[in-house]
Amino acid sequence: MNSSVITFPGSNCDRDMDVALKKFGFKNKMVWHNDIELPKSDLVVLPGGFSYGDYLRCGAMASKSKIMQSVINFAKSGGFLMGICNGFQILTETKLLPGILLRNKHAEFICKNVFVKINNTENNYFKNIKKKTLELHIAHNEGNYFCSNEQMKEIEDHNQIALLYSDENGEINQNCNPNGATKNIAGIFNKKKNILGMMPHPERMIDSALSGEDGSIFFKNLVNNLK
Amino acid sequence: MVNEKIAIEHGLKKEEYKKICDLLKRTPNITELGIFSAMWNEHCSYKSSKIHLKNLPTKGKKIIQGPGENAGVIDIGDDDAIVFKIESHNHPSFIEPYQGAATGVGGILRDVFTMGARPIANLNSIHFGSPQHKKTKNLLRGVVHGIGGYGNCMGIPTIAGQTSFDESYNGNILVNAMTLGLVKKNKIFYSKASGLNKPVIYVGSKTGRDGIHGASMASAIFDEKIEEKKPTVQVGDPFTEKLLLEACLELMAGDSIIAIQDMGAAGLTSSSIEMASKGKLGIEINLNKVPCRELNMTPYEIMLSESQERMLIILENGKEDIAKKIFEKWNLDFAIIGKTTNSKKIELYFNKEKVVDIPIDTLVENSPMYDRKWKQIKLPKKNKKDKEKFKNLKITNVLNKILSNPNICSKEWIWQQYDHTVMGDTILKPGSDSGVVRIHGTNKAIASTVDSSAIYCYAHPLTGGKQIVCESWRNLISVGAEPIAITNCLNFGNPEKEDNMGEFVECVQGIGQASKYLNFPVVSGNVSFYNQTKDKGIKPTPSIGGVGLIKDYKKMITMDLKKVDNIVLVIGKTEGHLDQSIFARDILNQKKGPPPEINLFNEKNNGETVLNLIKKNYVKSAHDISLGGIITGIAKMCIKGKKGINIKKPNYLIKQFEYLFGEDQGRYIVEIEKDNFDKVKEILIKSSVHYDELGIVTEKDIIIDNKSKVTIDELKASNKTWLIEYMSK
Repeated sequence: MNSSVITFPGSNCDRDMDVALKKFGFKNKMVWHNDIELPKSDLVVLPGGFSYGDYLRCGAMASKSKIMQSVINFAKSGGFLMGICNGFQILTETKLLPGILLRNKHAEFICKNVFVKINNTENNYFKNIKKKTLELHIAHNEGNYFCSNEQMKEIEDHNQIALLYSDENGEINQNCNPNGATKNIAGIFNKKKNILGMMPHPERMIDSALSGEDGSIFFKNLVNNLK
Repeated sequence: MVNEKIAIEHGLKKEEYKKICDLLKRTPNITELGIFSAMWNEHCSYKSSKIHLKNLPTKGKKIIQGPGENAGVIDIGDDDAIVFKIESHNHPSFIEPYQGAATGVGGILRDVFTMGARPIANLNSIHFGSPQHKKTKNLLRGVVHGIGGYGNCMGIPTIAGQTSFDESYNGNILVNAMTLGLVKKNKIFYSKASGLNKPVIYVGSKTGRDGIHGASMASAIFDEKIEEKKPTVQVGDPFTEKLLLEACLELMAGDSIIAIQDMGAAGLTSSSIEMASKGKLGIEINLNKVPCRELNMTPYEIMLSESQERMLIILENGKEDIAKKIFEKWNLDFAIIGKTTNSKKIELYFNKEKVVDIPIDTLVENSPMYDRKWKQIKLPKKNKKDKEKFKNLKITNVLNKILSNPNICSKEWIWQQYDHTVMGDTILKPGSDSGVVRIHGTNKAIASTVDSSAIYCYAHPLTGGKQIVCESWRNLISVGAEPIAITNCLNFGNPEKEDNMGEFVECVQGIGQASKYLNFPVVSGNVSFYNQTKDKGIKPTPSIGGVGLIKDYKKMITMDLKKVDNIVLVIGKTEGHLDQSIFARDILNQKKGPPPEINLFNEKNNGETVLNLIKKNYVKSAHDISLGGIITGIAKMCIKGKKGINIKKPNYLIKQFEYLFGEDQGRYIVEIEKDNFDKVKEILIKSSVHYDELGIVTEKDIIIDNKSKVTIDELKASNKTWLIEYMSK
């Protein structure tokens, strides 16, 4: 399995993602934002961080980086593309995913463990995961997912919601919505389900000594599904 | 055109101005005067503190670099070293809390990566005025946003900190930021220039007019015109700093750099002069080559700007192109602005004219040094407690009240706004005795904590100074780390006043005595004087940042109670010292008396014995006993572990309140398994360590002497809600 992690100026979870992908069997390459060609990849990841300082709008500048044309072509031809946190914001800015990530409801950065309910398992990202909910970690200032009513209808019609903030048992309510996201959305797919954007960081949950190990479940499963 | 009046406006004293003229044998021009005022102010010259700081212990087997460099460096084995330092950014944070705090974090990060280290953890110690004061809430919010805004963007986890409230900070808050970085022992970079005609390189952001005379402001007393000083607050850009970090580390991987120094306080002035001074060289700079953000900047402005995210590098000849390529890749400015010379002078050119010509020794070696008058502060007499008063108190009510005290309550509202898990190695989060991060890819971990206790220091500076060092040492031991060294940030009032100077001198003496006895040397630090508004100084607040090593991170200890039926012990003797305790001050409303006594022999012996028990795997959870005494400590362990305890006060002469709320020092609470009790007892007795059996871990509730009972949920709510409610009002 070959994977590529794109490093933008200001990315800061690129190394953590590299560590996680390698731990679960990917041969990962780090790709510089100014490169034009994408190496041969089964998975491309846009990591978390503050690309271009989050100036202008989170992810807006990165979405215009040189490498992004190759990334967009890769995804449009069915390649697996995943954006975590700032990567999710970049994906919405490229319009590969619908909607936008607004500032958190309380206008404060949030760093904590959350539970997310897996909403759709008919895709290579979550297929075969037996747990209904995963405990993952969030760390963001702009994670408040928002889209128009028409977009929401389309998202729901095509079963594009990937993850929902929930409690430990998978109950969805406002108490477990950390940032005000519409319908508790923590992650969404494109229609074909080869592109995934999500706010939680699975790469921070890959070791029992860290905040938890549900990230390991995610990556182990992903590498098996992409084989 | 320069005269005494202008010199005084620059913060120089009459005598100091005369000394400058004598040293130069002429009148300085305005740029030169600016340079002298920057180099000779308290912040850069340590003129009031130097003669006292030199008595601090700074050496040890594991010390690679002590004070005098950008940061201290310690050996943690296997060719790895940790670079760390704490620094204040108090005055800017009061004027403009977001930018002040943000650039405080930015500055300390640069001090660490200047030495070749990748930052792996941030900590902070922040102190605000009374919660009722009208400015406190906004200052707190601004500072927290600023610290988070900078550290989160850089991708460095903020793993621990300390927050306190006290009315003495009403007009002068404290923001101390600390960073730890990791470096290979043979790849440490220093600021000492060497070699003649070596290119002097400017990298990073462009120079603007922000922060001009920031260092002088840091050495001034606040008055009602303080808001006018806003333009002297620097503006931070963490994005550029992240690029600067990556670019510097990329260049440092090769062999191009001779010396490197960040442009912190007094910007280009202090960085160029310090590098030349350390190398006993001269430096020549063409100011027209300095990348400027604004038009028509004068030499004076260029030299005194404190624009952030800039570095000065002395390169090997012929490496210019390699360096340029790296900085261009990261979209950063790169300019060759001068060279090293043998003149031992700083010579600056602007529009082909020589605008500054000053021998470097006049700025550094000949800078003023004062042995200021100071007053010794006597140990206050013990307060007689009205024991009748205790009778009316309900112990569980008192406990709830103490847990919700602003200085004890959970600071989750704060640290949830800091990214504490990025880099994937944080194994102990904020809200613990210490924060702990693994050394990436190894079994080693580094524990770090930052502590201060202004109340004790104010009551008796000598004891207070000792106490903070001991508390730092205990916090490290409580997580199973071997304490190695400390950094200190000394926040005090006006050194020109005998009282304030006395507080400084005796706190430093206390710090020195404890760190020497515990073999816990000081490797870096910073002094911040003039923390006062008009006539009123802050309580003396030295902050101590401690660092320790856990050889095998799987042996790290946490404070949450682990298992029902385990035995809980108090290590160290409880005398029931209530003066200056939270109980005396907040419940009995008695603010007099001495702080708890420090017995360094017991401190060391108890600490080493606890570490020994941890090494033998006998300790299941541990917590040091500090503010609020035994009962507050055990309550926090119960809350974290979601367990209860059945407490039986040992048969002492002292009363229940004194036993449970006394703040005697050198104590720990440890949880052990019943089966190991005999072996643990044997070790404790053999080491002459006093211990009490406090009680047995239960499923739920704290029950005291079969009489008082309180649920853990209630305690948790008391502990958690104060700050959240305060900030949401």
